[in-house]
This record gives sequence, C-alpha cells and structure tokens, in this order.
Amino acid sequence: MRVAGKGLVDCSKPLRFLFDGTSYQGFEGDTLASALLANDVKMVARSFKYHRPRGIVGAGSEEAGALVTVGSGAHQDPNVRATVQEIYEGLSAQSQNRWPSLGFDILSVNDLAAPFLGAGFYYKTFMWPKAFWEKLYEPVIRRSAGIGALSGLSNADRYEKAFAFCDLLVIGSGPSGLMAALTAARAGADVILCEEDSVFGGRLNGESLEIAETSGQDWGTAAIAELSSMDNVRLMSRTSVTGAYDQGTYGALERVSHHMTQAQGKPLETFWRIVAKRAILAAGAIERPVAFRNNDRPGIMTAAAVRTYLHRYGVAPGKAVTVFANNDDAHRTAKDLVAAGVHVAGVIDTRTDAPDGQGYPVYKGAEVCDSAGRRALESVSFRYADGRVDKLQTDCLAMSGGWNPTVHLTCHMNGRPKWDGSIQSFVPTEGMVAGLEAVGACNGAFSTHAALLQGNAAALTALGDLGLKTIAQDVPDAEDAPYRLKPLWAVKGKGRAWLDFQNDVTVKDVKMAAQENFRSVEHMKRYTTQGMAPDQGKNSNVAALAVLADATGRGIPETGTTTFRPPFVPVSIASLGAGAQGKGFAPERFTTSHTASVERGAPMIEAGLWYRPSYFPATGEKTWRESCDREVGYVRNAVGVCDVSTLGKIDIQGPDAGAFLDFVYTNMFSTLKVGRTRYGLMLREDGTVMDDGTTARLGESHYVMTTTTAAAGPVMRHLEYVKQCLRPDLDVNLVSVTEQWAQFAVAGPKSRDLLNGLLDTKIDNENWPFMACGTVSALGVEGRLFRISFSGEHAYEVAVPARYGDSLFRTLTSRAEAMGGGAYGMEALNVLRIEKGFITHSEIHGRTNAFDIGMERMVSQKKDCIGKTMSERPGLTDPEREQLVGVKPIGPVKQLTAGSFLFKSEDSAVRENAQGYMTSVGFSPEFGTFIGLGFLSNGRARHGEQMLMVDHLRDVVARVEICDPVFFDPEGGRVRG
Amino acid sequence: MRITCPLCGERDRREFYYVGDAVALNRPDPDAGDVVWDDYVHNRDNPAGVTRDLWYHESGCASWIVVTRNTITHEVLETALASDVKEATS
Amino acid sequence: MRFSGLKVLTEGLRGNKGWQAHWRDAQPKAEYDMIIIGGGGHGLSTAYYLAKNHGMTNIAVVEKGYLGGGNVGRNTTIVRANYFLPGNSEFYSHSLKLWEGLEEDLNYNVMHSQRGLINLFHSDGQRDAFARRGNAMINQGDDAILLDREGVRKKLPYLDFDNGRFPIYGGLYHPRGGTARHDAVAWGYARGASDRGVDLIQNCEVTGIDIEGGVVQGVQTSRGPIRAKKVGIVVAGRSGQVAAMAGRRLPIESHVLQAFVTEGLKPVIDHVISFGMGHFYISQSDKGGLVFGGDLDFYASYASRGNLPMKEHVMEAGMTLMPMIGKAKVLRSWGGIMDMTPDGSPIIDKMDGIDGLYIDCGWNYGGFKAVPASGWSMAHLMATDTPHEVAKGFRLDRFRTGVGIIDEEGTGSQHNLH
Repeated sequence: MRVAGKGLVDCSKPLRFLFDGTSYQGFEGDTLASALLANDVKMVARSFKYHRPRGIVGAGSEEAGALVTVGSGAHQDPNVRATVQEIYEGLSAQSQNRWPSLGFDILSVNDLAAPFLGAGFYYKTFMWPKAFWEKLYEPVIRRSAGIGALSGLSNADRYEKAFAFCDLLVIGSGPSGLMAALTAARAGADVILCEEDSVFGGRLNGESLEIAETSGQDWGTAAIAELSSMDNVRLMSRTSVTGAYDQGTYGALERVSHHMTQAQGKPLETFWRIVAKRAILAAGAIERPVAFRNNDRPGIMTAAAVRTYLHRYGVAPGKAVTVFANNDDAHRTAKDLVAAGVHVAGVIDTRTDAPDGQGYPVYKGAEVCDSAGRRALESVSFRYADGRVDKLQTDCLAMSGGWNPTVHLTCHMNGRPKWDGSIQSFVPTEGMVAGLEAVGACNGAFSTHAALLQGNAAALTALGDLGLKTIAQDVPDAEDAPYRLKPLWAVKGKGRAWLDFQNDVTVKDVKMAAQENFRSVEHMKRYTTQGMAPDQGKNSNVAALAVLADATGRGIPETGTTTFRPPFVPVSIASLGAGAQGKGFAPERFTTSHTASVERGAPMIEAGLWYRPSYFPATGEKTWRESCDREVGYVRNAVGVCDVSTLGKIDIQGPDAGAFLDFVYTNMFSTLKVGRTRYGLMLREDGTVMDDGTTARLGESHYVMTTTTAAAGPVMRHLEYVKQCLRPDLDVNLVSVTEQWAQFAVAGPKSRDLLNGLLDTKIDNENWPFMACGTVSALGVEGRLFRISFSGEHAYEVAVPARYGDSLFRTLTSRAEAMGGGAYGMEALNVLRIEKGFITHSEIHGRTNAFDIGMERMVSQKKDCIGKTMSERPGLTDPEREQLVGVKPIGPVKQLTAGSFLFKSEDSAVRENAQGYMTSVGFSPEFGTFIGLGFLSNGRARHGEQMLMVDHLRDVVARVEICDPVFFDPEGGRVRG
Repeated sequence: MRITCPLCGERDRREFYYVGDAVALNRPDPDAGDVVWDDYVHNRDNPAGVTRDLWYHESGCASWIVVTRNTITHEVLETALASDVKEATS
Repeated sequence: MRFSGLKVLTEGLRGNKGWQAHWRDAQPKAEYDMIIIGGGGHGLSTAYYLAKNHGMTNIAVVEKGYLGGGNVGRNTTIVRANYFLPGNSEFYSHSLKLWEGLEEDLNYNVMHSQRGLINLFHSDGQRDAFARRGNAMINQGDDAILLDREGVRKKLPYLDFDNGRFPIYGGLYHPRGGTARHDAVAWGYARGASDRGVDLIQNCEVTGIDIEGGVVQGVQTSRGPIRAKKVGIVVAGRSGQVAAMAGRRLPIESHVLQAFVTEGLKPVIDHVISFGMGHFYISQSDKGGLVFGGDLDFYASYASRGNLPMKEHVMEAGMTLMPMIGKAKVLRSWGGIMDMTPDGSPIIDKMDGIDGLYIDCGWNYGGFKAVPASGWSMAHLMATDTPHEVAKGFRLDRFRTGVGIIDEEGTGSQHNLH
C-alpha cells in the first residue's frame, strides 16, 4: 500500500500497467516491484525446482525472488528482475515457471515430492533403461526446468555498443561514490560515475539519514547537481558495471530505454567498454537473508528493502510488518515504518541486548523458526532461547542477517576476498584489481560517515596517481553508528530452510552435500547448484558457506569462497553481441565490378569477406551448370573476363627485395628478370604449404606479389613478421595494395585481340611473351599487364587503379561478348583450373607440403627459406604420403564428389582401407564428364590404377581411374600461343 | 586488455594479432639439427609468470612487438619493437 | 552403495540420512605402485580404468585442489566423435562408445544426452570439407548425415536463414553427438575408482618428481614425499609446469578459452549447434541455461579468465546465427586453461628417456569428450608399457619427426601461425 507523503515517485504521473493480464496503477518512478507491492500483490513467481510461491525479496539488481517476463512477441524478455524494471504506460509483465497459472500450478506437486528431489538426486537415478534418458527422463526434466522462456523469434530491438575513456571511473553513487566523484571532479579529473539505479544516490534514497545537517537525499541531490554542471563529469544512470578486465578496462551495461513505452529511436541497451586510468568501487552492500523453516514465502523480504520501498517509493510492503534481525541496523526499518504510520507487529532480535523498541515490541533473544501462509505470509513463529514458541500475525517479515559487502568486481581478476570477523563478512583484499580501490560499504565500512571519508580518501589517492593537483575537501558530518551484530546464518530446526531462493537450495541440501563428501565449497556449489541462479548467489553464498563450514567443522575462512566471475548482473546476449545481427557480424568487401556483376544477374557468393560472382546467367539457361559450361567455353574457345581483384597484392620495394623474396619463397626471385613474373610457393616454418601465387618484378628493386584471396591477410602478416622479426637487416618495405588496384583476368585464344583493342601500344608474343609483365596504357589509363594464366589458356591479368575498375570491367566484358566470349564467374574459374590441375586452398588446405603437391623441386637447394628445414623431416617426405592426383570416372556412375574417399576396388569402405580422398571436382565440358583432384597415398606412382570413389553421405560409389592432375593440354602449348 | 605499442601508444587488444613466444626471433641455422629445430618450432617454456611474446599491431602501424607480460596476472611489463630486439641480439 | 531410483525413494522416506560419501578422502601412503598426478577428468578416468581393466589398485591420484576442478569442471560439455584424421577418428570413436555405456558402468548418471550435433557450413568449400569429415566418420563406423539448407531449417527453424552475414548452406549432422553433465563425470569416475581401492588425495600439490638414473622414484608433494614405480602426469592446463619438474619442455602453449552460461530458460535449443564461420557453439543444459563458447582469447595465459573482445565476438556470432537468443542473459563467464599443441591433437606417451614416467596432455579445447578414452588409453599405456591401439597416434615425438602429425584444422603444426 502507498504511504502518503513518502517516496520519490511522481504521484502526479499515474501509469497503468498489466501483471498477468490484470491492470494496475503505479506512478512514474516506480519499479514493477514497488508498484506491485503498492497494489498489495505479494506472490509474483514460482521457484525453479519445487515451484514454491515467490514474492519480492529485495529492492535491487540482486533480486532473489521476483523474476518476470516483460513484453510479448519478439520483444518478450524473460527473467527480468521486477526490482529493476521501471514501469511505463502500457507495460505488460507475466509471471513465470507456472502452468496453467501463477495461483494454480500443476508442477507445485514437486514440493510434495521434495524428500526425493534433494541435492543431486538425479545423479543417482534415471539410468535405467538406458534409452529412456533421451526419450523420457531428459525431456521431462527439461520441460520442468528453466524459469522464463525465450519467444523463439528473432530479436527485433536495437542494441548498441560504445567505448568511453576517463581518468576515474566511480562505480556506485551512494555516499562514498558521490564523495569520491566530487573530490576527483573538483580537482579537474575526467570522471565517469556509473549508477545501476535510475536515480543517483544509492542507499541515501532508501534511508532517513542526515549528512551535513540536511537529509541524505538532499545532500545527494545537491552533489549530483554539482557534478552534472561540470564538463569533466559524465553521469551514467541505469548503468551497471558488469566486469573488471585487464589494464583498466570495464564492461558496463546501460539500460537505455527499458523504462520507455516507445524507444524513440534509442537502443534498448548499450554495452559500454570503459577504459579508466583509475577506478573506485563504491558498490555498497547486500543485506543477507536468514535461513529458517519456510523463509521463502511471499512477504518475507530483507529489512533494508522494506526501508527502500518506504522511503524511495512511498510503499509499505505490508500492513503489519515484523522485523527479524541479529543487528542494530535492521531496527531502523521498524523505526522508519512507525514514523510513517505503518503498523509494526514487532521486532524479533536474536540478541538479548538488542535495543528497545520505540513504539513497537522487541522480542529479544528470539529467533523466527517458521512461517505460515499459502500464497503470502500470514504469520511467523518465533522461539525463545528456553524453547518457548510464540506467533505473530504479520503479512511482511523484514529480515536481516547482516550485510555482505558487494566485493564482486574486486574478484573478477581471480582475487579472493578476505574474511573480516568483526563484521562477519568477506571484504575486498587490496590490490586484487590493479588501479581499483573499494570504498564504503563494499569495503566493509558500513556507517555513512566512514563511507564519505573513504570515498574522499580514495579519490585523493587516485588524483595523486594520475598526477593531478588535489584540493583538500571537507568531508561532511554524517551518521556514524557502530555496526553491532551477532552472527546468525540458519535457525536450527526441522523442515526446509532456504538459502538460494531461486535454485531452491536449502540448508539440508548443503548438509547432505557435506555428508556425501562434497565438502569443498566448489563441490558443494556444483552438487547443490547453490549460487548458480540469476543472482549468482549474491543473496545466499555467504550463508551457504557458513552452513557448509558448520557441517564440516571448519571455520568460514578455511572453507573459502567460490569465485565471483563476470558479469556482475545478467547481461543480454543481444547487448554484448550488438551490431552483429544480420550482416553486421563481419565487414562486407565488394569489388569494383560488383555492381556490374549484379546488373548481369550474377549470384554473388561469399569468398572470405569478399563477394564474387558465381556465374553470369544468360537468357534461357535453367541451371547454373549450363551457365558454367558456357563460360568455360568462352575461355577455351574465345575470351573470358573475370575479376581477380580479391587476390592479395603486396608491393615489395627496396634494394634487398629480391633477397627477401628468396627467403619467404621456396624458389628464387632475386634471379627473376625485370619485366618477368614467376610462380612462387610459400611455406610455413613447419614445412607445410602456406600459400602460392605469382610475383612480378616491375623494377630492379620493385616486386608485386599476389596471394590467394583467403591468405591475403595472413601472408601480409607473415611477410612483416619475416621482415621485422627475422630479417630486419634487409632493406625492404612492404605495403598491401589489394584495394588500390582493380585486376581482371582476360583469358582465351582471343585474349590478346581483346586487349589490343584497348591498349595504347599493341602487344605481341615477342614483346609480351608468357610470364611477361610491365606497365601499359589502356584507353589512356596507366595500368599493369601480366601475362599469367590460371586456366591454361593464353591469358593476361590487367590491372588499373581501382577507380577505373568498374569502367574497365564493363568495357572488357562488352567487347569480349562481341568476340564470342564474355564474363565468367567462380564456377567456371574452378572448372578451368581443375582441368589444368591447378591447386587452390582445397588442395593446399594446411596439411599438404611441396612434396605432396608434386612441387618438391621448387624448394631450392641453393638457399635457405622459411619452412625448408622442417619440410625435410622424415614424416614429410615419406613416399606413402598422400600425393596430388587426377581422378576420372570410368564406370557407369559419372558423378564425382569432393569430400569422398578413395579405396582399392576390392576393399570395403572403412577407415583402415582408405587410400585417399577427393578435394575438388567439376564437370568438364571439354571431356564431357566429371573430373576431380584428390590426394592418394603414393599417388604419383599409381596413375592408371582403377579404384572406387565412395561418398557414404551422398550415396555415390564410382569406379575411377587415377591419372595425372593435369587433364587438359599437359604440354602447356596453349598458354604460350 | 591493453598493450602499449612503442610507436602508437596504449591501444586495445583488438588492434593486435598474437603469435606466441618471442623465441621465434631466434631462428636456428638450417643445419642446426632436428633437436634444435624441434625446440625452436615446437617446444616451449610456457611459463606461468613472466613471458616474452610477439604481437603484431595489425590494425595499427603493422609493427611486430615483443611484449613482456605476466601470464597469470596479464600485467604488461614492457614492450619493444621486435626489429629493435632482433637487431640488438644479432 | 548402489544408486537407483528405488534407493532414492527409500532414502527419501528415511529422511536421506543414509547417503554416504561418493568417494573416500584418502591420506597419502608412503608408497604406491602408481601415482597419477592430477584429479581432473582424465586423471580420475585413468585411475578408474587402471583399477577396472588392469586390476591395479595400489594407486593414488594426487590433486592440488579439489577433484574435478580443472577443465572437466569448466567446459561446454560437448561429447562427439566427428574427427576425420586417422589417429583421431579411432580414438574419439572409442571414446563415444565408452560414453554410451558410462552410466551403467559407473552407476552414476552423468546425463549423457545424445541430442545430436549439427556443424553448419556456409560455402561450397566448407561443404566439401564437411563432406570429407562426414565420410571419414562413416568410414570409422560412426554416424553422420549431410543436411542441406532445408534439412537444417527443419531441425533449427530459428536460425537466421534470410539475413545472416554468412548464408547457411547446410550442416553435418552427427546424431550420436551431444552433451553430458560435466561435474558428474569427474564424480562418477572418482566414486568408481575409490570403490575399487584407489586413493584419491585432494589438496596435495606435487612439487617435484624424483628421478634417479633415468628412472622415476616417486613425487614430492605439499604433504610429503610419495614413492611410486610409475608416475603419470595428467594435468592438462599445467602440463608444462609439471613436465618441467622432470626437466622436460613440451610442445605446448597454455591459452585461455572462455565459455558462457545464461539463466535457466524453457527448452528452446534441442541440439548442439556449431557455427562454421564464427567459432560459436551452443547447447542448452538440462537446467535450461544456454551454454556456449567460441574461440581462444589468443594469448598465452594461466589466468582462467578472459577479456571482452572474445566475449563480444562470441555473442556477435550468436546474434548473426540465431538472433532469437538475444534476450537470454549471460549469468557467468569463465575461462579454462588449454594445453595447446602445435597440431591441435593430444599426447599420450611415455616421457622419452625417463623410465616409469608417462604423460597425458595437450587436449587443446577438446578434452572433455576424450575423458573416457584418454583414461582408458593412459591406463593401458601405464599398465602395459605399450600404447593402446586407439591412441598410438598421440606420440610426443611426432613434431620432431613430422611422422603422424594430426592437424584437423589445417592451421599448422607450429605455434606461431594459429
């Protein structure tokens, strides 16, 4: 219910929202949790395993109970914490993990079967009969497990990523964070202040405290006003810092428009990468529940959450509130409620020396031992030290077992927190994250004044580290009460007492884990699933640890903690993966002929990041094969044009360029004549083929290397590596010019005729023989011409500056068409090269060496080169290795397939008998049949052998003959023609 | 993770390509024998602690960099141009 | 104590008071026949099969932390036999067969779930490579089906077939592939080994290996020296450090591989799916969490944690492949330390030149599925001094000689060119 005159919500702005189809009213500034409590909605969820009723437990991002689904259709967002979700007009939320309804849930029978569903029960059963696991047990388990549901529809919301840089990142805007930000900002540091909540101030908004003789809220508001007026400060609300990473990098999730009816062009969330020279963690602390029988009913909350609902939202979570505490702090809940006119049924304090009540009874030296109420709390039972049990009618229990500092970020880089017996909590160990200092409650300093002092001091330290002038600050006076607490983790007694509300882990489960020798804290966690739910144990891990310590007879510090790992709060995959949906995953690279190719109807296929035309369909053609066959014919009979710009082009210059190439290639390039091109083979240092391609010598100290499309980046990197790491003595410079030049293959008997139509100076076989290269002028544009061939035909590659690429491609193709040829695509290129036995990365797939592809003679014996020594290892020169061969069908089955295996005709097709495999196949119009390349054990000695090609997957078995990989024009006469 | 390129200054790890132990700088003679070559190409100290490894500022200035780094903490202790390191040792 | 549904019922009725320790915590004795260094999945399965297959029970597993605390406790739980190179094929095939009988054998439900694995491909070239893989799997006697685009759509209708950066051409479907409950595998082997008399010694760090005249004598530990005739190093992730105690360098670099889990969600992904263009693989655990991972962070590390660039890259791959997972929320990410070998394949071998010292290491990012066969083969090697038939390719000297390099990825049998 609402409490008049309290809260920061704007009562002049009512908002309607739906929960499970029922319409309610809240106000601007409400979270879904506060608005539901204001409407006396207590039960909002069902638990994971036993499907027990669950209510709102806390008021922060660590919420243990109230997980709901927001929205519908593609916007459906499961497992949203109602304590974080702000309401907006039209918000629609649903409860989860119940069927058919929240009130009546069939699987709540699980609760009755609880004796059989204890920790790890599933490791001991469901094993018989074997086949039932996938068919029966697992589907049933899967259906009952899980909390919320994804819609199954593709994401339809916008998410973004961003970078930010600062001198000082302050995480949390409670008193310590605000003080730190003020001190640093006033000294001129670039400050980013991140606050999870929609408003700044942290606990100041949930308490009635004084700072500098004004209310804590007012002091916080003034501090924020000052910070927001400064240019060197960036205030980021609704932003959770999710992780601490190396060298001062932090991840942060900003919930940009989750609170808006219409996103108005804003993303739903932005994931920030913040690079900070220094950071101050002012994340506060999380109040811990106490485990007692049936402590999980809706209406049982943390004591501080009750205060937050009162002060921040003007909501009393119950009509008759009971407080259960082991510390002084929780008494504030009773005091504040009474002051606001809310009835307090009593304070039950485990301590005999608890403070007296101020308008409410205090039951000292007593423990709450049970609760009642089916869907919401109706009463609690409590027991005195002498065993007497009493009962209070109450609809809200505000419990406090003390506070756990929010140390998580300090542990993200493997640091372990240390146990502080004086506050019965883990506190950060200093220096666990370089450059980050924890202050205030997250550092175990629980009074407001201590928080302010630490915030100021840490900021001064950071300023000193940054070399910035510090300005002495007055730290205002504030509440400075001592933290008095008597440890209590679990109330002894029968029945189930919950530790992890989300995963349904009880004290019994932890004890049973210990009984079964899961005594290490990691074993206990993994066996019971304690701390693995959405809150990652923020509410329960320390208590579970204490119970384990007790059960194993060890102290808490010896028992140790599990590791806190990022993210601090749940982070959507869409935010971390923002920008990648659809085409955004990787850049798209387009050649200069892309538009012209698309205009010609060519299907563009991915070649690495590039797009290349598959084929150019002509009118009347029904299959790609028809187009491919026609295009192959262009090259074999007339002239074809193909964009080869995607091949890597590396410009290599300097007096030692030749020596450099001799070292990276297996063969010699220093002896190559100016104006000539040579095919080169490049090895990795392990002796395996890395890449191949042609390199042209354009001048005495100037070469241009081409690489395969796929290896362009790796080869460039490799060349720089050789130059800088191995041979800095060589005077040579490298630059990638792949994108500077548009390059086209012009191939076929009429290729020279086509080119001579464009060239300002005609060429002939004498002045431009096979493997010649040089500068030319084509239609007035200076370019380069290489007489090289990947088809076995008389062919050239002509290169012009990229800005002329589109025009040259159109000119070449239209003129080729007039000569009975035209453009050809990747399919035809592939057939042409297979006919000639030319290799691609299908053959040099990273496991083949020069010997395997029949090029061992290209490894010059006159010099050293990368990979040479290792290529001479015995295993790389074994004649039984699989060697490149040609394969042609000789039986009734003419189909060959890549990825099939080769067997002796009499052998069965099993692994032990496999002799080799097929890497590339194509239909050769020239031979009227499929032909292929493959690798065969000792293959060069087996030309003429008849074998079986077996493709189990596609059910193809073909009789084949092994042959030389060069099917077409083995003498090579055409290329010189 | 951030690495200080000797030429460009501190940059995000995304700009760099990693290859491994800086032992790669010490390429043996071709006739050093299979044990030496095996050690060079394959075997590694692989320390849990301070190591020197090679990074390439691929999305930056294309420098190869010897980074002295702690493999347990990811602390970067020193960076130097590989070509300088190589020339100083040969 | 034998586990069964009936036992769960009867114990439940008796207040679950009768459950006993799943394994004994042993104190180190002065001497054993054999010592296994490392109480992870591979070490525990080695001990189990030494006891079960070879009748060796005077053995100890010494573990510096808690059992199953290494990579068996931090992985994406995928079990498959879809390798294609000789050396790997027969090994992983054997491993999958062991998985298929593991629950019966161990009397422990490791939740091995053969829900099927689909490797997607995105180009003709990838299809050819996967066809070779699938045919190799069938040659080996395992199962593989080549799905075309429509075949994939039928099974995985939620993939982005229309807008993704790399179009889905099809997938290689491995019906017997799947997942298992990773921790339970370690615990099941621990229980099985312990029941057969093996001493499992936790919180006992090996600090030295005693070798005299080229013969192993035992180990030094944080809890004193322990003598043994044979010592097996089974500490993937820390192999280099332990091998150094024997004066050996290994062809291994340690790298961090991250993995991620979301909150529990109702069933939405029924298979294990692997994206061919972005190093992304995903499945949904029985608890409902999406479990997924990607590629190495790519720098040598023992930190067991990674950085943002690879986290983001993995999520980006997920978003381009299956944008319906966008609203799932990552709860936790972690990093395992991977023994990366030059060729990406493991080592199970004698340590050359030291009698009685054996090593099982180099599992790269694929050790989980190998747990049964690795233990089986390592136990065979240690018991008989001959390599097991299915693991004889995993020689330590293959890099020096170049004989039998097993490079599935084709990215090189050297560290410096990933």
